Order: sequence, then C-alpha cells, then structure tokens
Amino acid sequence: MEASTPRLSATLSEGPDTVLSAEVRTAGMVWLRELIRFERTRTRILTGLIQPVLFLFVLGYGLNGLVGSTAGFDFKQFMFPGIVAMSVVTTAIFSAVSIVWDREFGFLREMLVAPTSRASLALGKTAGGATVATVQGSIMLVLAPLIGVTLTPLLIVEVIGIELLMAVALTAFGVFVASRIEKMESFQVVMQLLLFPMLFLSGALFPLNGLPGWLQALTHLNPLTYAVAPLRQVVFSAQDMPAAARQRFPASVELFGHTLSVGTELAIVAAFAAVFLVLAVRGFSRTD
Amino acid sequence: MAAGTATKFPPQGIAAAAMAPNVIEVDRLSKRFGDFSAVEEVSFAVREGEVFAFLGPNGAGKSTTINMLCTLSRPSSGAVRVAGFDVVARPKAVRRHIGLVFQETTLDDQLTAQENLRFHAVLYRVPRDQVDGRIARVLDLVELSDRRYDLVSEFSGGMARRLEIARALLHVPKVLFLDEPTIGLDPQTRALMWEDVLRLREEAGVTVFLTTHYMDEAEYADRIAIIDHGKIVALDTPMALKAAIGADTVDLQTADDAAAVAALGREGYRLESGADGVRVFVADGEAAVAPLIASVGVPVRHVHVHRPTLDDVFLHFTGREIRETTQGEGVSMRARAMHSRRR
Ligand SMILES: Nc1ncnc2c1ncn2[C@@H]1O[C@H](COP(=O)(O)OP(=O)(O)O)[C@@H](O)[C@H]1O
Ligand SMILES: [Mg+2]
Repeated sequence: MEASTPRLSATLSEGPDTVLSAEVRTAGMVWLRELIRFERTRTRILTGLIQPVLFLFVLGYGLNGLVGSTAGFDFKQFMFPGIVAMSVVTTAIFSAVSIVWDREFGFLREMLVAPTSRASLALGKTAGGATVATVQGSIMLVLAPLIGVTLTPLLIVEVIGIELLMAVALTAFGVFVASRIEKMESFQVVMQLLLFPMLFLSGALFPLNGLPGWLQALTHLNPLTYAVAPLRQVVFSAQDMPAAARQRFPASVELFGHTLSVGTELAIVAAFAAVFLVLAVRGFSRTD
Repeated sequence: MAAGTATKFPPQGIAAAAMAPNVIEVDRLSKRFGDFSAVEEVSFAVREGEVFAFLGPNGAGKSTTINMLCTLSRPSSGAVRVAGFDVVARPKAVRRHIGLVFQETTLDDQLTAQENLRFHAVLYRVPRDQVDGRIARVLDLVELSDRRYDLVSEFSGGMARRLEIARALLHVPKVLFLDEPTIGLDPQTRALMWEDVLRLREEAGVTVFLTTHYMDEAEYADRIAIIDHGKIVALDTPMALKAAIGADTVDLQTADDAAAVAALGREGYRLESGADGVRVFVADGEAAVAPLIASVGVPVRHVHVHRPTLDDVFLHFTGREIRETTQGEGVSMRARAMHSRRR
C-alpha cells in the first residue's frame, strides 16, 4: 500500500458538526435512500400508476353512464382529484412497507445499531416516503387533459402542497404500523384491512352525502376525508363549473352542520400528521 | 497437512499485544433466556491489536456473547467494558468505537457499494470532508475499489462480506466484531477474507474479535477461546492449546520394527510400537525426523509426522468432534437464499 494513504487508524478529526446537524444529516440520508430506491424501481412506479388509472377509467366511465353529466361536468371529472389522492395514499403506505422489507433483509439492523437517534431515522423515512408519494401523485396530473380537467400553474402548486401534507400524514401512519409489525404477511393484511375502507370512506371515489348516518360518522373519523376534500375544492375552483354542477358534485366536508373551509380541513390533516409523526417516532424507538 | 498451517501464520501480533492495554474486558458475563443459560460466567480480556477468536459449535453461545459485547443485548449478569466504556451504561459510546459485521448480511442490495458506505458514514458521523477519502481507503483495503459504483445485488457472497467489513471500518473503530464472517463462503474466498482481516491488523492496528465454528479458521487468530454450552473450556494461543494436549508424533515403518524400537529406546525416545510400525513422541515432529532416521539403525520405509490439530484440541476439551454438532451447510444455504432474493 502506498505510503501516501493515511493510516486507517488515524483518528477522525472532529468536524464542526453539532449533534443537531448530525441528526439532520442522518434524516437526510435516510430520505435520500428512499428516493434512490424509488428511482431505481421503475416497475413500482408503473404498477403504482396502473391501479388508479384503472379505477379512473373503469369506474369513471362505468358510473358516468349512471350518473350522467350535469351542465357539461361529469363523474370522471369529479373522480379525478380523488384518484390523485388514492395514488398518493397507496404510494405512501407502500413506502412504509419497505421498513418491513428492511427488517426481512437485514438493513434495518444497520440503521438501528447506529449511534444515532431513532427519531431521525423515523423522520427521514417518513420524509422519504412522503416525497415519493407526492411525486407519484403528481405524475397522475398528466391525465388531467384526457379527463377534461384544466390545470393552471397555481392549481398545480396547490395540489402538490396538499399532496405533500396528506403524504406526510399517511406515511407516518404507515411507519408507525410497520414499526410494530415483524412479519411481511401481517403487515399486508393490516394494510388491506385499513387501506380500502379508508379510501372508500374518504369521498375519493364517490360523494359522501348519500351515506347512512353511521357510515357518515366513520367518514368524519377518517383523516383522508379532510385531505380529499380540499384537493377536490382547489381542482374545482380552477374549473369553469356551472352552479348546477357544483350542487350535484359537492366537494367540501360538512361537520356538525358546518361546511368546513379549505384552511380548516388542512389544519385537521396537519393535526393528524402531527399525531402520526409522534406515534411513528415512538414506534421506531421501541422496535429492535 | 495441518502442521503446515500452524507455521504459515505465526501470531505476529501477540508479542506486541502482550504489552498493549485491554480493549475488551469481560467479567463473569452471563445471559439467560428464561431457565436456559446461553452464556455462563464467561471472563476474558482482549488486548489492543489482537485477533481473538471465539470457537465453538452452533448453539454454543457465540452470537449471544458478541451481541452483549456490542450492546445489542443486555447481559443477565456480569460486566463488559469495550474501548473503555461500560456496555450497559454507555451503549452509544461503545457503538461509536466498534465496527460490526453480523452473521446475516445487512447491506442494501439495491444501492451501490459507494451508496451503502456513504449511508453508514453519515449515520456514524464521519466528518463530511473525510467521507470520500475514507470510502476510497476502506474499499482499497478489501480490494473492492473497482466495484465502487456497482449495485450490491451484483456482488458475490464473498464480495458482499468484504464490503460489510469495509463498511464496519469506515468510522475508524477500535474493535471490529465479526460474527461468523466466512460462513457460506467457499474456501478460496475465506482465505482472501482472512488476508483482509490480517492486513487490517497490520495496517490499521484494529483489534479483531470474531466467532467461528471452522477449526482451520481459528488457526489465524492470536488467541482462541473454545466455547461449548455457554462456557469457555480453554483459552490460549493455537500453539499453546495444541501443545497442552500432547506432543507431536512421528510414525515410522521400518524393515525391522523390533530392532528400531531397541535402538531408539537406547537413545531415550518415548515410544510405543504397534502392528503398523513405531510411534515416537517428540516435542517437534518435523525437526525430529532427521535425527530419528540417523539413530534407528535399520532401513525406514515410511515416515508420518502428526501435529495435534485444533480438531484434536476441541475433542480433548469437549469430548466430541465439532463436526458432529455443526450444520454449516444449512446456514450457508440460507445465506445464499437471502442473497438471491430480490425486491
Ligand atoms: N432470543 C433467544 N431466546 C431464547 N434462546 C436463545 C435466544 N438466542 C439464542 N438462544 C439460544 O442460545 C443458545 C446460543 O445461541 P447462539 O449464541 O446463537 O449460538 P452460536 O452463535 O454459538 O451458534 C442456543 O441454544 C440458542 O437456541
Ligand atoms: Mg451464531
């Protein structure tokens, strides 16, 4: 070995890093890994697209005949924001699954034995999954012209913002569940049992106003409800929609007789996100 | 012949290590799972720069011990200090000063070698400006520099292992812990890996604590602790362990065994004669061959020198062969299955 290379045993000189910046670097690294892996698994991106597209076209066109269009506005256009939300939610949840994979393949151990705080790991993982979910949801926007939904630059920014917020909430929720579950199989069962009811009772696929009282109550407990509504509201407000169509396809959530504003709905999602983040960090801290 | 291996790798480190301070100190360490004692009252110390091996069959308590030394599992009783820190009181400090290679692989095979190393460097707080230099250095050390940008999924089992060792060295640990580092590797790759490990000791001065159930592998270590049913049954240098269980033997077949016995007996050799020749007990079998032939007085047809192997040592201390108790194949199959499964 050349004499010029430093001896391996030379102690690492202490950098200017504070503990905080070291933890931020850690979270950033975990986040970056999620992105690299997402970018490398093209098939996952593709399969992530197929399901929402299928829902949009099959269900959208199928029910369109039944519902019909009101003043030129039809069911596919109503569904579109819901499908974007669905894409974000499934990607977020399945990004969280990768923790169970990491456990299976050993890499989780590499993370857990490092002399770093578990909170940084959980936050980095959540940020990574949320970013990936937001990207996947935004890819869906290319379908907008096909459906007859007009996109404006402002609308795109608003949609991405709402996607990010709901992605953080859902990924954190997934990280929490994954950190408490040891086996891949059980995770999939739990997620299927949670994911589909959450999607169906969120208003993503059909308006919630026709549901019986007890189901309505469930939709009000569903965090997704408060994320789907603002997404639909910002999309609708960018469309040239006659009043009759707005009547026919309601977008906002009614709670205790009040119609919630977009701001209130987003505040509720943010509150859910905060709670799930705390749970995710605590779940990750206990896992071994 | 087994005698060859013992002399080919003299424990160079031991002379220097005798002066060096202890970097691992273990005092009456025990681990119980319910009623079952996996590790029982184990005590030993490892000096800085030593290559120290835990040798024992599957289920002997090797992984359980190494996990307690690495702060990954809490001792039921006893005390452990690693790099000057108590493993129970200061686990994070201990972890910053040790490198770990587990029995099962913990690489992300969808990342490149470089990405795996970078991830580790950040988690172990290697200063930003030193990361690239360190990565180049450790890859160089395990001779994987040319694979730096390749995905780990394209690596062979042996390469992945060496990458894990490189990764464990990134943050300049005082002690490198290797749990069955060569399990599932072919003999050639195992030899390569050992070159790496011994080079680490020479160049990096890192202390190596490893476990193995391969006898021939333990020969590379400066000192060996033989562990069986959670207890250390013997602890010394490979040479001393072999010397402790008896001398070398030289078997001679001659034209006239009776005459040979008489002649050698007059010279004061300790010997016994059997149906297929004369067995002579000497301190150093290879050195004794020439004088023996000179003194025997009759034509010699065949000479066989036998030096006790670690197999003999293990048999002596535990009363059974290590092979009877070991299912190495099952584990290597699992390691291979793990490696070939893809997300
Ligand atoms: N978590 C555990 N719970 C119960 N028994 C265990 C646990 N871990 C290890 N053991 C038992 O302790 C003994 C020693 O195991 P281990 O240290 O893994 O052996 P080795 O690494 O030497 O093959 C084995 O009998 C094993 O079954
Ligand atoms: Mg083991």
